[in-house]
Amino acid sequence: MNDSIRAQFPILHQIVNGKPLIYLDNAATSQKPLAVINAIKDYYEQYNSNIHRGAHHLAQLATEKYENARTAVAQHINASEREINFVRGTTEAINLVATSYGRKFINAGDEIIVSEMEHHSNIVPWQMLCEEKGATLRVIPINDAGEIIFEDYLKLLSEKTKIVSIAYISNALGSIHPVKEVISEAHKVGAVVFIDGAQALPHKKVDVKDLDCDFLGFSGHKVFAGTGIGILYGKEKLLEAMNPYMGGGEMIKSVSFAGTTYNDLPYKFEAGTPHIEGGISLGAAINYINEIGLDKIAAYEDELLAYVTEKFLEVDGLRIVGTAKNKASVISFLINDIHPYDLGVLLNEQGIAIRTGHHCCQPLMDRLKIEGTCRASFAFYNTKEEIDATVYALKRAAKILS
Amino acid sequence: MQKSIAEIENEIAEEFDLFDDQMDKYEYIIDIGKKLPALDAKYMTDDFLVKGCQSKVWLHAYEKHGLLYFEADSNTAITKGIIALLVRVLSGQKGGDVLLTPLTFIDKINLRTHLSSQRSNGLTSMIQKMKAYAAAFACVEQILPTFPKLK
Repeated sequence: MNDSIRAQFPILHQIVNGKPLIYLDNAATSQKPLAVINAIKDYYEQYNSNIHRGAHHLAQLATEKYENARTAVAQHINASEREINFVRGTTEAINLVATSYGRKFINAGDEIIVSEMEHHSNIVPWQMLCEEKGATLRVIPINDAGEIIFEDYLKLLSEKTKIVSIAYISNALGSIHPVKEVISEAHKVGAVVFIDGAQALPHKKVDVKDLDCDFLGFSGHKVFAGTGIGILYGKEKLLEAMNPYMGGGEMIKSVSFAGTTYNDLPYKFEAGTPHIEGGISLGAAINYINEIGLDKIAAYEDELLAYVTEKFLEVDGLRIVGTAKNKASVISFLINDIHPYDLGVLLNEQGIAIRTGHHCCQPLMDRLKIEGTCRASFAFYNTKEEIDATVYALKRAAKILS
Repeated sequence: MQKSIAEIENEIAEEFDLFDDQMDKYEYIIDIGKKLPALDAKYMTDDFLVKGCQSKVWLHAYEKHGLLYFEADSNTAITKGIIALLVRVLSGQKGGDVLLTPLTFIDKINLRTHLSSQRSNGLTSMIQKMKAYAAAFACVEQILPTFPKLK
């Protein structure tokens, strides 16, 4: 990776608190390349129009671009366009499945399984569903390294299990879960599996057919597209069996007071005027990362992770939280008994953006018996020089705080 | 003789004027926090927690000889320094003065702009909580006729 890639991200070239910005909060949201920024700009400057209905030129152009984006996403994860639903983000994808699939197919006494290290978005919708239906939420425990304990998962599975929902990669610790094995075991008891791909899509190739997941959700803004757009993938036969999530325009075939018939997939789950430029930006982002190549991105990020792990451990008193064997380029850490927030403020003073807190994973923090961590998360535009500068800044902050 | 809120604020502003570097300012704030007397454990409960901060801040107030006193603690070093500054300015003052004097030292030492918005909200929460205590004590002081000034 080189300067030509960084040149594609205008936001990276600025001074924050007197220092060049070092952006290490990519797990929260990624920055946008010119290809994405220009796609949004072009939409509003050249062909802003409502899609799927207008017969005029602009509407046709907008519809074509929006649907091309759907195709780009479908090809990217090896699905068909009918299985690609535009949603607001991973959170909405989970809520959609919990509501539309859950309300129809979950009954009292059924069980839903999540892991102990899920994001709140992958816990709360299932809790709400369980409460409504009298179902039970079961939790896969984790070990101290931040890996799910697979034998315990196998013990939780039974004919009562109806849904398993798990992140591909933990946002808090970066652990990569063995989702393919999780999925095949769940299928043995007849459960469907939702994969929270929010942290996976920016870092690695995800092939829904290879994984054989039933649902997959991810957020555009974490994968270099604009905010407010995301994807729910679902196997066609499951999406067909589900009721719509929201009623309104676009999702109908015909409406009368005698009864309404719903539109075909994927429009059945896309009520209202969609986030058109968001969808287009996601298509542009997918094309952009495919131009660079996900294999190349993953290899470079592995190199960054190895480097940052080595360099961070040179800081006195620093301990890494989450030492799974299989990790993405996310590093959670603590220094002695310094509160993460103090470190975050003093890094910000030196132009470095990290995340501090519980990372929307309070059950995980309870399990690890900590209040929170500092988290540095990397994208392919980050550099080893930035890691060196961060190590220097951390040492300076730690000295002041100890 | 107890110094006025404005006098203490000016003192603090002068102390911070000595630093050019923001990191040095933070180091000074952290040192101030370290010198804050420990808060009695019985006040470090949720009842005394200031809402709206990412870090935890416990605040206790009491009245003695007609003056209002504050004691506080925090689980983070920087916030502890900030609350220590607020205690230094507002503790030992008349409740009415705490309530009605606008605080200017935060802007003077250029703290607010260099703290995240969330932290800044936390700062606002701390000040509001101190003023709420003052309002309660001010009622006891029977200065109710001055309240319309708040509008």
